Amino acid sequence: MKTLDFREINGGLPFYMLLGFIGVFVLAGLGAAFYMEHNGHWVTGMSNQIIWGTPHVFAVFLIVAASGALNVASISSVFSKSAYKPLARFSGLLAIALLVGGLAVLVLDLGRPDRLIVAMTYYNFKSIFAWNIMLYTGFMAVVGVYIWMMMEQKMNRFTRLAGFSAFIWRLTLTTGTGSIFGFLVAREAYDAALLAPMFIIMSFSFGLAFFMLVLMALYKWSDRPLGDATVTRLKNLLGVFVAAVLYFVIVYHLTNLYITQRHGVERFLLMDGGIYTQLFWIVQIGLGSLVPLALLYHPSTGKSRGWIGIASLLILIGGLAQMYVIIIGGQAYPMELFPGKEVSSSFFDGVIASYTPSLPEIVLGFSGIAIALAATVVGVRVLRFLPVSLADEQVDPHYSADKKAAA
Amino acid sequence: MSSDSNIDLYRRRFLSGTATAAAGMAVVPGVMLHEIAQAKPAGDAVSSDVRWGMLIDSNKCAEGCNDCVQACNDEHGLRGFDRPATDAQWIRKVKLKDKQTGHTQTLPLLCQHCEKPPCVDVCPTGASFKREDGIVLVDKHICIGCRYCMMACPYKARSFIHETLQDQMPHAPRGKGTVESCTFCVHRVDDGRTPACVEACSAENHNAMIFGDLNDPYSEISTQLKQHNTRQIRADLALNTGVRYRGI
Repeated sequence: MKTLDFREINGGLPFYMLLGFIGVFVLAGLGAAFYMEHNGHWVTGMSNQIIWGTPHVFAVFLIVAASGALNVASISSVFSKSAYKPLARFSGLLAIALLVGGLAVLVLDLGRPDRLIVAMTYYNFKSIFAWNIMLYTGFMAVVGVYIWMMMEQKMNRFTRLAGFSAFIWRLTLTTGTGSIFGFLVAREAYDAALLAPMFIIMSFSFGLAFFMLVLMALYKWSDRPLGDATVTRLKNLLGVFVAAVLYFVIVYHLTNLYITQRHGVERFLLMDGGIYTQLFWIVQIGLGSLVPLALLYHPSTGKSRGWIGIASLLILIGGLAQMYVIIIGGQAYPMELFPGKEVSSSFFDGVIASYTPSLPEIVLGFSGIAIALAATVVGVRVLRFLPVSLADEQVDPHYSADKKAAA
Repeated sequence: MSSDSNIDLYRRRFLSGTATAAAGMAVVPGVMLHEIAQAKPAGDAVSSDVRWGMLIDSNKCAEGCNDCVQACNDEHGLRGFDRPATDAQWIRKVKLKDKQTGHTQTLPLLCQHCEKPPCVDVCPTGASFKREDGIVLVDKHICIGCRYCMMACPYKARSFIHETLQDQMPHAPRGKGTVESCTFCVHRVDDGRTPACVEACSAENHNAMIFGDLNDPYSEISTQLKQHNTRQIRADLALNTGVRYRGI
């Protein structure tokens, strides 16, 4: 393997046009947030029944994907796989960028985003949310140091230590994110320790899908070579992660199906839930899991960049659907306060809560993705995150030997 | 009305109230000793010697009667916007129908003022808090509107303020973008009075709601709790609610 040459991507008009294009989505999101805050949340689809809406779906999705995007770096530094080393810096950048995007949406959807400073200065240490605030800010600091260790030659000897710290931190972070829901005893769809490891494996899948899409797009856009060795390695790994998420989803539902008390919520999610049932079976399981698995491992589509890109995109769409079912479907099913009774009230007790995402919520959600992408392209423009070439002879340790043997 | 003038009004009422109370105590010592003994002097810290609680008898709760809800709305200036999904409700009448027998009953449901409130556990800033005397409140100054408390509350007792509010009650400050719920009429309780819902229920002679000190073995609520079988809603969560029910 040759010495890698990392370079910033080119600036100039095309770069600013790309940034401007992404910027439109960011501005639209800020506008949507201002509209919601100015009028109050009644202009959204949210209510006293569906407390966390579409912005939370995007925010949690991005935060989960963020820690997963760091995987490539972890495989390189923690598990010493040299083939992943050229991608490690970019993996760190994308992780921070996705986290910033997710947090921006989360903060802009608060009832009082102007009180962000309060969240930073008043802590209730029993709150999982408070732990997460520290885990998020800490993640950015730890990954920032990790990137520095990788980029500064004098510091290279600390890379493994920094990488190991970041790996532990990201596992803790996603445990925290999953536990936001897992520790909610009141609601039947949550209240499961399994949610923490499930969120971790979801992060592996969504994070890597994001990573592959952005990597392929950036290399195509900047006319840099990206060899099949790298893409094949990543897509095989992605397939394993998708299958692992499926496994956790099956175990989660089997557990609930066995517990009589939870038959109601399971019936709702899997059979009678309307949009939630459709999103679960068609988008999350079908389009988001089974189709990508087939595409990634089929002998012909598995070799095509185009199909691998489509598979990655489907995994992300399936991931958003999964978050929608977990977060909004989990709230839509009423809490059972009086077992054995039919309940009715003026406050929607005992009925399935209705929710329709409003345009501002959707725009704010997508702006989180835009913020992450903007941060990523600015990052690769100003610092040396991406190797000039990821052609096979650059990254594949066995390439020259194989070639020689073939010759 | 701006929030500043609200505060001023609040201060004026508070000061004049304190002055009146002091003058009254000086002029007529001994008069109405019972009520004054229950009231907490404004300067004193809230004490855990008291735990405020409520006993609701669903057998006495009249179907179709909404007086407790109306009294709460009037007391705290809760005016709806004809948008039931987002309008705040601190107390609501719930109708129960047994799935097997068809037996129906009604009861008011409000914040249960848990001894171990999940809303307080999950609040990142500590805005959700429990007073020493067991009343669970939201500090509107440090609530960031994350709504995690609403996700965590097993009783769906909390409301998020979805719009700008006008003409608020000085003793019940509220704010767009924050979460709120039943305060057990803390301003009345600290004044030695009972919550508005309880008063309204008694005024109708239904007497389905009793308010009092759970720590005082001689209070009416403690006596009733000792005499009758009562239940906590979702007792399985072991939250030790301050609100107990008879007849469910």
